Amino acid sequence: MRNGLLIDYEYCSGCHSCEVACKEEHGFPVGKWGIRVFNDGPWEIDEKTTNWNKIPVPTDLCDLCADRVARGRKPTCVHHCLASVMKFGPIDELLADLDAKPKQVLFVPKAG
Amino acid sequence: MEFKDDIGKPWRFEEDGLTVTRSCVWSSPGCHPVGCGVKFYVDAEGKLVKVEGDENQPITHGTLCVRCLTLKDLIYHPDRIIYPMKRDPKDRGKADKWERISWDEAFDLIESEWKRITKVYGPESIAIWAGTGREGGTMMPYGAAVFGTPNYCYTQSGYACYVPRLSCSVYVLGATYPETDYAGGLPGRYDDPAFELPEVIMLWGKDPLPSNPDGFFGHAVVEMMKRGTKLITIDPRTNWVSTRAAYNLRLRPGTDVALGMAMLNIIISEDLYDHEFVEKWTYGFEQLAERVATMTPEKAAEICGIDAEDIYGAARMFAKAKSASITWGLAVDQKANGQQNAHLIIALEAITGNIDVPGGNIIGGFADSLNEVGFGYDVMPPETQDKLLGLHEYPAYCGMILNAHADMMLDALETGKPYPIKMGFFAGNNLLAGTCAAQPKRWHDAMVKSLEFNIGFDFWMTPSNQATCDLMLPLASSAESDGVVFTHYSALPVMYGTRTKAITVGECKSDLELAYQLGKRLQPQFWAAYPEFMDFVNELRFGNKLKFEEAHKEVCIQREVNYRKFETGLLRADGMPGFNTPTGRVELWSTMFEQFGDDPLPYYIEPQYSPVSTPELLDQYPFVLTTGARRYEYFHSEGKQIPYLREIHPDPTFDINPADAERLGIVNNEWCVLENQFGECQLRAQVSSIVKPGVVQADHGWWFPEEDGNEPHLYGVWRSNINNLVPHFHVGKMGFGAPFKCLLCNVRKGEVEE
Repeated sequence: MRNGLLIDYEYCSGCHSCEVACKEEHGFPVGKWGIRVFNDGPWEIDEKTTNWNKIPVPTDLCDLCADRVARGRKPTCVHHCLASVMKFGPIDELLADLDAKPKQVLFVPKAG
Repeated sequence: MEFKDDIGKPWRFEEDGLTVTRSCVWSSPGCHPVGCGVKFYVDAEGKLVKVEGDENQPITHGTLCVRCLTLKDLIYHPDRIIYPMKRDPKDRGKADKWERISWDEAFDLIESEWKRITKVYGPESIAIWAGTGREGGTMMPYGAAVFGTPNYCYTQSGYACYVPRLSCSVYVLGATYPETDYAGGLPGRYDDPAFELPEVIMLWGKDPLPSNPDGFFGHAVVEMMKRGTKLITIDPRTNWVSTRAAYNLRLRPGTDVALGMAMLNIIISEDLYDHEFVEKWTYGFEQLAERVATMTPEKAAEICGIDAEDIYGAARMFAKAKSASITWGLAVDQKANGQQNAHLIIALEAITGNIDVPGGNIIGGFADSLNEVGFGYDVMPPETQDKLLGLHEYPAYCGMILNAHADMMLDALETGKPYPIKMGFFAGNNLLAGTCAAQPKRWHDAMVKSLEFNIGFDFWMTPSNQATCDLMLPLASSAESDGVVFTHYSALPVMYGTRTKAITVGECKSDLELAYQLGKRLQPQFWAAYPEFMDFVNELRFGNKLKFEEAHKEVCIQREVNYRKFETGLLRADGMPGFNTPTGRVELWSTMFEQFGDDPLPYYIEPQYSPVSTPELLDQYPFVLTTGARRYEYFHSEGKQIPYLREIHPDPTFDINPADAERLGIVNNEWCVLENQFGECQLRAQVSSIVKPGVVQADHGWWFPEEDGNEPHLYGVWRSNINNLVPHFHVGKMGFGAPFKCLLCNVRKGEVEE
């Protein structure tokens, strides 16, 4: 069973903690990321509604914090996420959560 | 999947050859005192190798923001100041003239200059330049108890941050500050039986997620949204959280009072208020009702540039909620009309019965109040106390917080009147870099000219230090010193956190340590009451209710929450039920405002410069300018040296609506000049519908540590300094508030000439 990252982008506030925690953990230099927050918005759906979703996307450098996970710890992005919108685990466990509410996305990086 | 965590681990433990210290961070670097939980991982050589979030902290539960995640990059940054240094005053502004000295020599120099200047010019000629968010900013002992001066001075024009709200609360509510209840002090947090989830939170002039204002953990709003709380946001900008709000009221900057009066009008005229609370616990309801009847929602809609139906909808939603709160922000302080804004926000909370109830706005009891205002004040003779700048002109401001009036301080520096200012000490302030001062170039020129001796105490050689200081003292980080952090500076019963020393770097000291050691040297008779350092800390920070020596083993101590204290006598020194105001009630008609010569009821005034008040300026300055919004990666002027932070936001920016950008031919990321009658600066355009047409929102706090530090360049501090555009002494009647968030400006493509 592969492992993945389930992200609730209804509540991702775009705080960058996942990006920076990852860089600190892996020592990636400026210009390289293990996960990166993308910004869909702000753009106006109509005068009173704005589309603005922040979506963290694991990159090809993401190893799902293999060292941490081997020690029984959560990946650092999951641990430090200020809005607590990230979950890590085997896909079958995450699928149940995925079904529970809309505006979520399940990523399965190469390392998964 | 099950994971390991460190829940229940002691304050210090060993793991994989590293010593782990659990601590609550605050200062430095600067931040508002949430007291986020961290674990410092230190190797056998005493080096900090990793910082992680501590799962035991009941409010942040292991999460951490980017500023603490990069803490070790800051601590070991090559540019950091880690030893005392001096420089001849004639070499001010010359970056290569600093000379390393010992602490003994530094103390000798301070003592001799302090004695000389006190003798020649009087103790009132010494000023403490207080900033925000660092321990130094709340170290009022630096004033009286260390240097013997009444002139502790937060240098922001009109004290336009927090204290205007706090003062209004004290005057009309009799408590220091009402904040949204997020169950921070309850052991079971949101599931605690004493707590009730707010149905509605109104975010008024505040984006709490990046700002964590005054210790309010901003992401608690997200946690409550997940549980079903609805939002109303009042902000000229659309920010991320407001895209999730039921109502997003994008008002014209500075017009908040019109909106608030209209909301009160709706709630009263539609009989949506809490009759029992109003009858028993408020004063002046009829007069308030009469006053707000003059502001119809339709009139407010026109003033604010929003739809009347949204004002009706938001007011009804707020009033009809079983419990609701208002989280109010800096925008309230940053206009001359701010006291009225604060007053009507308290009125909205009060007449809907949401004061000090679960899921409403909680307040501190009499015994919880701020402990340090006036600490050591009696060291000064009455005639020195009486010389506090502004005490007689603005008693509501200066008498309340025992601070010199910021605008009068700049006048005194420039003119020598009513007396000259000759010595200074920076307590967590980089006032030239577009934070904590309007007209920073005037501050620069006046400080350089007037001061004979100025002391910096900082992490970095900031432009403020480089230009004006003769002595630099090295400041310890959060990982390098013992201390205490408290939500809302202890005014609210939420949490005490302890900061425990994990490492040593150079010869750095904390603000608490310097105040204690320097105080003992300069005024030993006062400090004899504190034989040990911790005697001082325990009194100043804990009011001796706790001892650091024991408390730090618990790391986080949630404070007892008592709701409805107005019924139990806990708000008043005399133990009687009611509020701690002259009438014992929440004063909708303020007896204190009347005493200070202001209108006792809320009233709307236009910003000093606006499309309505100065239409003649619109040809030259067609945009409404608002400034000061916070970002995750920086704390005001701090953090620009940290590569992972700078990468997130490398250049200063401003937001401009796509329609305006297109009309002016401005493309995204292009350098533009923002200019008005007071100054100019250059910022990169972020073309975005985050702001409405006709409004621009600008970054603050910029300087460029990578650039030349010598005068006149000073790390490029003038180039992108939005406070160049903010005028001096445009304050409200009681001395509070300055228009950092409601000015006019022009925008053109290009760059400023140096």
